[in-house]
Amino acid sequence: MAQDIWVLGTHMTAFGRFSDQDAVDLAATAALGALDDGGVGISDMDILACGNLFQAASGMGQQVQKQIGQTGIPVYNVSNACATGATALRTVIMAIRASEADLGLVVGVEKMGKMGLLAGGARKEKNVYEPSGRYGAVMGIDGILGTDTMPGVFAQAGMEYANDNEGVGFEQFAKVAQKNHSHSTLNPLAQYRREFTLEEVMGSPMQSYPNTLLMCCPTGDGAAACVLVGEERFASLSREQQSRAVKISASVLTTDPYVESGQMQPDVNTLTRNAAAAAYEQAGVGPEDLSLVELHDCFATAELIHYDNLGLCEPGGAGDFIDRGAPWRTGKTPVNVSGGLISKGHPIGATGVANVYEVSTHLRGEAGERQVPGANVGLTHVIGLGSSCGIHILEKSGIG
Amino acid sequence: MQIPLVDYLVLGDEPHLRANECADCGARFFGRRNACARCGGREFISARVSGTGTLRTFSIVHRAAPTIPTPYVSAIVRTDDGTSVRSNLINVKPHPDQISLGMRVKLETYVAGTDEEGKEAVAFGYAPA
Repeated sequence: MAQDIWVLGTHMTAFGRFSDQDAVDLAATAALGALDDGGVGISDMDILACGNLFQAASGMGQQVQKQIGQTGIPVYNVSNACATGATALRTVIMAIRASEADLGLVVGVEKMGKMGLLAGGARKEKNVYEPSGRYGAVMGIDGILGTDTMPGVFAQAGMEYANDNEGVGFEQFAKVAQKNHSHSTLNPLAQYRREFTLEEVMGSPMQSYPNTLLMCCPTGDGAAACVLVGEERFASLSREQQSRAVKISASVLTTDPYVESGQMQPDVNTLTRNAAAAAYEQAGVGPEDLSLVELHDCFATAELIHYDNLGLCEPGGAGDFIDRGAPWRTGKTPVNVSGGLISKGHPIGATGVANVYEVSTHLRGEAGERQVPGANVGLTHVIGLGSSCGIHILEKSGIG
Repeated sequence: MQIPLVDYLVLGDEPHLRANECADCGARFFGRRNACARCGGREFISARVSGTGTLRTFSIVHRAAPTIPTPYVSAIVRTDDGTSVRSNLINVKPHPDQISLGMRVKLETYVAGTDEEGKEAVAFGYAPA
């Protein structure tokens, strides 16, 4: 078995819209915060992985080095849709496992502002129709052959689950968003911190049925970072560093295997189920052992189906799971105590690192008002359409 | 003159969809493949897709890019020969009360636009059967 890897330090900026900071500023703040938190410096780092989507061609990792310390170490600029942050994390994990590094820095950052819909193009009126593209389309097909928009695509994923399982509908999906908005009121780093009633969630402007505005994540800015250390170097750290460190007991990245419907509707289920099975096996834990989960609730419909994909509920039982309050902070398996993407925010490159920050903070017992009492094992999950799924399982140090 | 919106729609007396079907495993693809994504087979045959099926999932889209008329119903249909197709659900009010998962649907075509040479782009959708 490869050596154990630990999160030594972690930090995130608040998520929101920051007109006075660019992506490099945000990333540098998160990176220095994580280094300080771990009691190490940039000169101790052997590798840097920087996750960023919308400025992927800009050499973001090198720009961050110029902001906090140019030590000449290798930089991996990582871009993998909404799984970007988790993929950057895994890049450093693989380098440490391969014995090419003892200590590494992971930064995820995104500067989105108010981008609106991320897919689904306007239809250009062509003067003369000529077939073009892979399907020989003579005009834009979004809105004619179904939807390319994210609220719609994930609505369809949720409604497919509703088709196959009893007790799932608009109200169950809305309850997910009600929970995450409520959770976010306890998170000072969340983009939004406002509680809404179920009626307000269901009555907010419809985007793509059944996803209303309050059931969709916002766009925004933010960064998160982690310092990772392999077990050989870990042994030489101080007692205090060791006791606050968080063990990464599983790290998995999967893509979507062939399913019949996949060419028409991205399958976000199979790759999550495959990643979860591999992660539980690696960590030697099961879903019943999890103290908390931060999963990819880009839309309320997505969170509900992942209760089932991650094995948090009985097969087919995601509707009942939310109906009985199981994923609330005080419930059986707290899900998205941070407020989730829906209310904490979703600056894409930062998301898969920020959920490791969140779970680590609970495992350290440092989550303040929103602390899940006695948290000792947690799971993080992201999905990038296209598709990739990243899952990490984290465990409390146990060294005291 | 009429032309299809996409190349996998075949017009004529009986409009239908055609897929590239893997000669080895039968997996169907709209659009070209170098090898089958399911089994790796390199040979494909052209297969006619059934025009009837059931509604597998849907969303009623109220928010889209500025030039896209809303609301409309986006749907995934499972045809009677087991192929998933994405299109709009047409000839139905875009309201959840009017749409039921699993409902029977059939392929229909309509003119989606006309260019300056008078060519009509013909699209397909699925209507309640």
